[in-house]
Amino acid sequence: MELKRGSSSHSAYHLRPALKEGEERRTLAVLVDNESGVLARVIGLFSGRGYNIESLTVAETDHTGHRSRITVVTTGTPMVLDQIKAQLERMIPVHRVRDLTVEGPSVERELALVKVANAGDLRVEALRIRDAFRAQVVDASLESFVFELTGSPEKIDAFVDLMRPLGLVDVSRTGVAAISRGPGEM
Amino acid sequence: MTTTPKSSTMTGAEIVIKSLIDQGVEVVFGYPGGAVLPIYDELFKQNQIKHILVRHEQGATHAAEGYARSTGKPGVVLVTSGPGATNAVTGLQDALMDSIPLVCLTGQVPTFMIGNDAFQEADTIGITRPCTKHNWLVKDTDELAETMHEAFYVATSGRPGPVLIDIPKDVQFADGTYQPPRNFKPKAYQPKLKGDTADIQAAVELMEGAKKPLFYTGGGVINSGPHASTLLRDLVEATGFPITSTLMGLGAYPASGDKWLGMLGMHGTYEANWAMHDCDVMVCVGARFDDRITGRLDAFAPNSKKIHIDIDPSSINKNVRADVPIVGDVGHVLEDMIRIFRARGAKTEKTAVAKWWDQIDEWRGGKCLDFLNSETLIKPQYAVQRLADAMVKHGDYYVTTEVGQHQMWAAQYIPFDAPNRWMTSGGLGTMGYGCPAAVGVQVAHPDSLVVDVAGEASFMMTMQEMSTAIQYGLPIKIFILNNERLGMVRQWQQLLHGERYSSSYSEALPDFVKMAEAFGCVGLRCDKPGDLDGAIDEMINVDKPVIFDCLVEKHENCFPMIPSGKAHNEMLLSSSVSADNIGDAIKSDGAVLV
Ligand SMILES: Cc1ncc(C[n+]2csc(CCOP(=O)(O)OP(=O)(O)O)c2C)c(N)n1
Ligand SMILES: [Mg+2]
Repeated sequence: MELKRGSSSHSAYHLRPALKEGEERRTLAVLVDNESGVLARVIGLFSGRGYNIESLTVAETDHTGHRSRITVVTTGTPMVLDQIKAQLERMIPVHRVRDLTVEGPSVERELALVKVANAGDLRVEALRIRDAFRAQVVDASLESFVFELTGSPEKIDAFVDLMRPLGLVDVSRTGVAAISRGPGEM
Repeated sequence: MTTTPKSSTMTGAEIVIKSLIDQGVEVVFGYPGGAVLPIYDELFKQNQIKHILVRHEQGATHAAEGYARSTGKPGVVLVTSGPGATNAVTGLQDALMDSIPLVCLTGQVPTFMIGNDAFQEADTIGITRPCTKHNWLVKDTDELAETMHEAFYVATSGRPGPVLIDIPKDVQFADGTYQPPRNFKPKAYQPKLKGDTADIQAAVELMEGAKKPLFYTGGGVINSGPHASTLLRDLVEATGFPITSTLMGLGAYPASGDKWLGMLGMHGTYEANWAMHDCDVMVCVGARFDDRITGRLDAFAPNSKKIHIDIDPSSINKNVRADVPIVGDVGHVLEDMIRIFRARGAKTEKTAVAKWWDQIDEWRGGKCLDFLNSETLIKPQYAVQRLADAMVKHGDYYVTTEVGQHQMWAAQYIPFDAPNRWMTSGGLGTMGYGCPAAVGVQVAHPDSLVVDVAGEASFMMTMQEMSTAIQYGLPIKIFILNNERLGMVRQWQQLLHGERYSSSYSEALPDFVKMAEAFGCVGLRCDKPGDLDGAIDEMINVDKPVIFDCLVEKHENCFPMIPSGKAHNEMLLSSSVSADNIGDAIKSDGAVLV
């Protein structure tokens, strides 16, 4: 099987098309007030101004302060990427925007649940690959498995691609969560 | 209504009125309906706030814009749910594009009916999210006062803009706690007012070394307050540099000042656009490098270093890279800039700048705004010139416009010596803006002369507000340059679409004089150049709303013009475009642009 590293042209949802000339990929962390409609505002900004969203995750991370953290992976020319940050920063419920790609090292992780339905040799092969990728089995029946895999988006792409000929049925991915390395706060 | 300094219990509708009073609001522009009846009931019971009943909710928003732009205070709009809110959308987007502070209150169906397709329900928050600076749905009466105060803060601070509060009817009826305004700031939103000293210093150094400097200023100067305009004048005098402005910034520097080059951009003057193209240091103050200004981006001021002062960081480096970006309020930054410039000895490259002025004077000598006048037909430019002369003679005038050729002629020929005197729809280009905006201006300045320079087509979009003018005794003057054409559309069709005039005639026009009379206004008509001055005087002197039907040359084009997608030095002048070459004056590669 042909596999391009770091590209998702083989992945289930084509999440990461190859970058266009002059464009870069950035992971932004956006701290917002968790008020109603805040996600719609952020998404509306991206769609209204024609910015790309490769992945977007959101959840409340501070229950007492009602703050949510949005992690968005986006692409664009450096000028557009600066615009995206400035546009996010001027939204009223946005507290802080960090460019995790540019502002020092960071870790990025994504979680996927991957369902395969198969039998015989294919079942054995799926389990072997699961071992290699250190995925967990979170559900099993006589004809299926659900694997839980955490890692970089590329690792998940690769795993999903390998599962495709082995009876891949369904994939659910969380999108990227990211955080800076070292002791510093966002 | 009693004034209680501390928190107290009242109904949501009472809280709305109390918050408005505590925010210093004197006028609300609105239109009632089922979902705002409790608020209208409270308006009825008090007499501190004046309510102006418009004839269409779009009119309320533009009137509030006119009020805001001419006073520096936020404009307040009150409309009902559903169609009331959707009718207000155009004005909200207009205010967003031109950075006008508006607070729009909309009624909403009761909270327990939201989402059920109730009568006159619309997702107002969803619809207006992209056309407001921020909006709120208030579901709890206890949060209403705080939200109202926050709304005023957001609308008026930083880069101003429209905000909207959607208030369900049950929230208006229910009791809640009123909180007076405190020194309130939202946690996250804190615009930066002071510019970075190091950046300002770097800017001053660039200015000191400039051989061909130019100030390029915009609506941000006016939004920063009259003080900013005064500082701008000081800085221009201190440096001796030439200055031009966008459509939105007219009046910040006086048109009678000797450093003034006129407006720049698509219909700007020859000298302003050439100076932009050739300058070596551009000082952009509160403007945003809009496409009407820059023309072709890759040919925009190719040899210049750019200093960009703006309160909104997202305006910087959006279209054009700034060499020295300064984030801050224009007034604050100019104050520091002048101080630093003086402290360093007020140095400039005097000889080089004098040579630059020689060059500019040569460009000025081209007299790009000259036009071929006529003895028999009223040229629109001539009409605007005569109007301008009469207004200057009268003094104390405010001008609004509609959108089209007449708007550009007004910008070119009417001089403004003070800020807040010129109200026009720049960013959105909304036909129908001028008449309701004039209503709002006249409400704020009852004794001043308020003229809407109009096109016949634009005026017909919101002319029902003449009825509002009559009701409240607002003697606004609608000065129609009636060319019986959607003139600006016709001009583009002539220049770019092979003279195929697809639907750009104003057919079946009403008799504007009779219409004026039907409204209870005064109607005047003029079609001879010789009668113009007398008719204009009559318009100015009558203490009633006037509709002035000025029949002008139908096929006049507005020049100078930088066609879309062209560079500043590819400007078309009236003298260079003749009847035979006009169809080919522009090659069609820019036709895709607007
Ligand atoms: C609401 C709206 N619809 C359409 C347009 C497009 N448009 C721009 S100028 C213009 C013609 C305006 O005609 P008129 O008001 O008579 O002014 P003139 O150009 O003739 O002076 C049109 C249709 C617009 N700017 N706004
Ligand atoms: Mg017309």
